[in-house]
Amino acid sequence: MKRLISTFAVAGALGLAASGAQAATKLEQVKSKGFVQCGVSQGLPGFSTPDDKGSWTGLDVDFCRAVASAVLGDPSKVKYTPLSAKDRFTALQSGDIDILSRNTTWTITRDTSLGLNFTGVTYYDGQGFMIRKDKKVNSAMELSGASICTQTGTTTEQNLADFFRANNMNYEVIAFATNDEVVKAYDAGRCDVLTTDRSGLAGERLKLTNPDDHIVLPEIISKEPLGPVVAHGDDQWFDIVKWVLFAQLNAEELGVTSKNVDEQLKSTANPEVKRLLGTEGKYGEGMGIGNDWAYLIIKNVGNYGEMYDKNVGPDTPLKLARGVNALWSKGGLQYAPPIR
Amino acid sequence: MSLTFDDGTFIRSELETPLPPPSRNLGVIGWMRENLFSSFLNGLLTLVGIALALLIFPPLIRFLFIDAVWTGENREACLGPDVGACWPFIHAKFGQLIYGFYPIAERWRPNVVFALGAILLVPLMVPSAPIKRLNSLLFFVVYPIIAFVLLTGGNINASAFLLERFGLISPLTGGATIAGVNLTFWVDFVLTALIVAAAIGALIGALGGAALSAARSTLYVFAAFGVLVMAWDVDVGLDYVETRQWGGLLVTLVIAVTGIVASLPLGIALALGRRSQMPIVRLLSVIFIEFWRGVPLITVLFFATYMLPLFLPQGANPDALLRALVGVALFSAAYMAEVVRGGLQAISKGQYEGAMAMGLTWSQMMRLIILPQALTLVIPGIVNSFISLFKDTTLVLIVSIFDFLGQLRASFTDPNWASPVTLYTGFAFAGIVYFFFCFGMSRYSLFVERRLNTSHRR
Repeated sequence: MKRLISTFAVAGALGLAASGAQAATKLEQVKSKGFVQCGVSQGLPGFSTPDDKGSWTGLDVDFCRAVASAVLGDPSKVKYTPLSAKDRFTALQSGDIDILSRNTTWTITRDTSLGLNFTGVTYYDGQGFMIRKDKKVNSAMELSGASICTQTGTTTEQNLADFFRANNMNYEVIAFATNDEVVKAYDAGRCDVLTTDRSGLAGERLKLTNPDDHIVLPEIISKEPLGPVVAHGDDQWFDIVKWVLFAQLNAEELGVTSKNVDEQLKSTANPEVKRLLGTEGKYGEGMGIGNDWAYLIIKNVGNYGEMYDKNVGPDTPLKLARGVNALWSKGGLQYAPPIR
Repeated sequence: MSLTFDDGTFIRSELETPLPPPSRNLGVIGWMRENLFSSFLNGLLTLVGIALALLIFPPLIRFLFIDAVWTGENREACLGPDVGACWPFIHAKFGQLIYGFYPIAERWRPNVVFALGAILLVPLMVPSAPIKRLNSLLFFVVYPIIAFVLLTGGNINASAFLLERFGLISPLTGGATIAGVNLTFWVDFVLTALIVAAAIGALIGALGGAALSAARSTLYVFAAFGVLVMAWDVDVGLDYVETRQWGGLLVTLVIAVTGIVASLPLGIALALGRRSQMPIVRLLSVIFIEFWRGVPLITVLFFATYMLPLFLPQGANPDALLRALVGVALFSAAYMAEVVRGGLQAISKGQYEGAMAMGLTWSQMMRLIILPQALTLVIPGIVNSFISLFKDTTLVLIVSIFDFLGQLRASFTDPNWASPVTLYTGFAFAGIVYFFFCFGMSRYSLFVERRLNTSHRR
């Protein structure tokens, strides 16, 4: 209600003010309202889900907290809008949210025709298969003739069709409206194989009666790079969101963690770390934020590795190995341009 | 039993004690013969019923109580081959299921609203409780304002908003505020009230009505609205909690109660409109009712949430919950109108004619003669609408409002609680909660029916 009124008031004030007045940039808007409005999912294990206290947690959520740390110096200054897959882009286009951090796959259509910019990849995902161990199948190439459980109306179904057609195999799809139905059907033995994104498979596995009786096949049949999205038209904001992730990746590469960041700030001799933490150079200025921006991110949220391990890593119920999400120096795909 | 043989005649001095009924008509067996096995078909149905009960209840009780897990910190507690309901999951998520994402420090506010609602509602529902008039005034007029201020935090600066949108005169006082009161607005408001009242009075007077009383009632309406605006404007020092953060049972109850309270009077008005002699009123009522009955509630909610902003001026984006509330209220009003119309049609023409013969005006006739009878007749239908409205509220999930069920679904995604039984536990709990509310409504309606229906009892 207050928002409604303030939007009217703002609209009216803008109309009254001289028409030449410049509209506020996203950064100015965020600073003046004092929080980042972040679009998240309505619940996806490990990425954005409410915890027991009712606060949002997960990888996508932590990324928003990192942005809030860089811009406002406080990771708690985030407000979350749970969005369904249908209304996520509308919410961003209409300016309802400042960042969309909702396991959104980066594709050419979305990047080029919706008025949106993807700022990077926080998680390299891909569609995989889960199957019972006692079926003695070790590769997706042996799945010919299998019955496969999946959710209706998703790209998963389409990827599945492409994969089987390309490899000249038969299959039978058993599709359900919700994820929970898919899992129950698979658990009850109505189909041989369960398919969805691999991060999703890890979450669904927890709901099975005997999780250890199932394996995830090595093949990944689709590329699903998931990343944060901002709206077109504000390059400064685009830069900030982009470099928040880069700072986290650089921090991991340089061995700066939330635990040793204070010590590093005082005693490091490494010029790269100094530039990252803002003791050398003025890299925050270019984005209109403080030079200690990366220090605040690392101090409050941690580097990329910490963020990963806390939410989806081997010590969480999801137990997702780093895999392709490891740093480039460790054989993965995560690579950030240098800070200099 | 004594027989006398003195003169050869046979006279019974007392009645023969009747024989006890055959043992098969007595006691448990007799009761069963009469109630459970009175015919072959009934016997068969009884057996089927018993078989079904045996099939359903033992596993249910085992799942909910005997095999259930009662304590635990996370999903580890609820894993295992023969684990029943995972109650620690409900315990951990209970706060969210009730309040949604309402800030924990501010949860006393919904608590006060709940408690106040119960305190006002219970005496209203008990027929023997005194001061009904004051009580209903408090519940239907004062309580919604208090609840609104408590839940949102109040202080919404409605006067500035109204001034911006509807200011009739150019601001005379330059936006001066005295002790937090927007002077411009109130000058404007009073002038507007006087002008409108004079205009309506003149119009009514020109049409041959009671000009003065019309003007006076217009002023009353304005005064009531002014009090409302003032209540909204007062800064009571509460933090603002946007409706986005509301959720759980709180949202379910807000939507259901608003829908119920708004739909009944609106429905009655529409039903009367549809049976009116005035063609325009009748046409408008018919169009309204048929339009809302013709579209599914999901479409209404979608329309209100995603289409409406496209028609509104740029940047004007009414609160999502408010939009859903209006949609639900109008939708259920259309259904309510048809229920009430059914009652109106059941009243015989003699009642109308009798009332008119006594010289009652139309509103007196409706208020004193027709509606009391008609509404009593359709209590089952009205409560039916209420119950289905209560359950339909859960559709707001599709427009990203987390009601009770939506909050439950969000909780299912917490990897710390993901287990094979989490889903069943959650839905069992939701079922119990919904049943509690709906069954309560249904029993209360039966009680009211019995009380009002004394003269027709058969």
